[in-house]
Amino acid sequence: MPDLGLNVLFKGKNLTRLLGGLGVALQISLLSVGISIVLGILLGVLMTWKNPVSRVLTRLWLETVRIMPQMVLLFLVYFGTTRVFGWNLSGEMSAVIVFSFWGAAEMGDLVRGALLSIPAHQYESAAALGMSGAQTYRYIILPQTVRRLIPLSMNLITRMIKTTSLVLMIGVVEVLKVSQQIIEANRMSSPNAAFGVYLTVFFLYFIACWPISVLAGYLEKRWK
Amino acid sequence: MNLEFIHQYLPLYQEAAILTVQIGVLGILASILIGILCTMIHYFRVPVARQIAAAYVEISRNTPLLIQLFFIYYGLPKIGIRTNPYACGVAGLAFLGGSYMAETFRSGIDAVDKIQTESAASLGLSGLQALRYVIFPQALSISFPAFMANVIFLLKETSVFSAISLMDLMFTAKDLIGLYYQTTESLFLLVIFYLLILLPVSIVGSLIERRLRYAGFGS
Repeated sequence: MPDLGLNVLFKGKNLTRLLGGLGVALQISLLSVGISIVLGILLGVLMTWKNPVSRVLTRLWLETVRIMPQMVLLFLVYFGTTRVFGWNLSGEMSAVIVFSFWGAAEMGDLVRGALLSIPAHQYESAAALGMSGAQTYRYIILPQTVRRLIPLSMNLITRMIKTTSLVLMIGVVEVLKVSQQIIEANRMSSPNAAFGVYLTVFFLYFIACWPISVLAGYLEKRWK
Repeated sequence: MNLEFIHQYLPLYQEAAILTVQIGVLGILASILIGILCTMIHYFRVPVARQIAAAYVEISRNTPLLIQLFFIYYGLPKIGIRTNPYACGVAGLAFLGGSYMAETFRSGIDAVDKIQTESAASLGLSGLQALRYVIFPQALSISFPAFMANVIFLLKETSVFSAISLMDLMFTAKDLIGLYYQTTESLFLLVIFYLLILLPVSIVGSLIERRLRYAGFGS
């Protein structure tokens, strides 16, 4: 049995530090998720408007984040704004800006799809039953939209958690950076630490994302 | 904007873009193969292999590519599996993309109505014939948009390769920013080159999508 370097985790505060690093990453993703959901719902409603100006602008927003890798957007905000506007954004701040910008567009598209997927006869039937506009939305449209939306947005949330690992590249001290530090510090005493530590990080991310994916799959089936 | 700088470092970006595309194409081809393999295992209900494929899909879909690459590049050599960054990049992209492709193909096949298989059987088509002439063409049409989205997603994911010291576009941009502080120019070239790679894929994809929209016709 070769040395897998797992013992490093139990030395000193290494495991706590690693979890702390994951906490930083999760904080960034949860903050971005919150902002994305609020902005995304507004954007989604805006996307269903027939106004050509709002159509072109929202479309442009969506296509930009669809085409550009998140890494490139991170670089643009982190390095670009310093040079062009003279802002001095921290890595965390840039990450939240980029992930919210990206998440809002994706969320908006999901909201748009969910709103458009409600057939016109639902509105008509509600009107035929004598419901007011507000009542139609409250009792007929929103419950159906939300049911379609929740599983899809949960998948988006796991994508955002996974993408947060990129913040390593703009100097945020998160779980990968902490791993690198732990591996460096124990280079002599346990040379195989890289295997054990990265394997642990791998499963930490898995544990963070998998339950959400499973729940999303379950809800999707149940609410079909 | 310093045009002289752009002119001078254009070849560097060109090389990096070629590397990005090379790894991207190889990784995507490999992930298509893995995806087909997993889908076939699922379709023919192969015992044991089916559970392994399902576990692989869950693991690969719920972890970030960057972590997968770190594990492959820095972790695996410790237990004696040593490779070069190039192979690691392709392997990582294939590991991630395989599960996305598998999910896409599988849901495409599942979306074809059961009555299609039954009708094929009643017409005397064998299992393989039904798959080849009835199920596959419809599944292709249904899953193509998601397939194209996967291709673009995987090409975008290549941007993390700089983490395992591959000289890709991100690496080049970061290097030039660090060396010469020509931030605006470096980032400008970075955006342009990613657009050059991804825009044509996106446009060609939606053109093919339009031509393949035949499944479910009349329903």
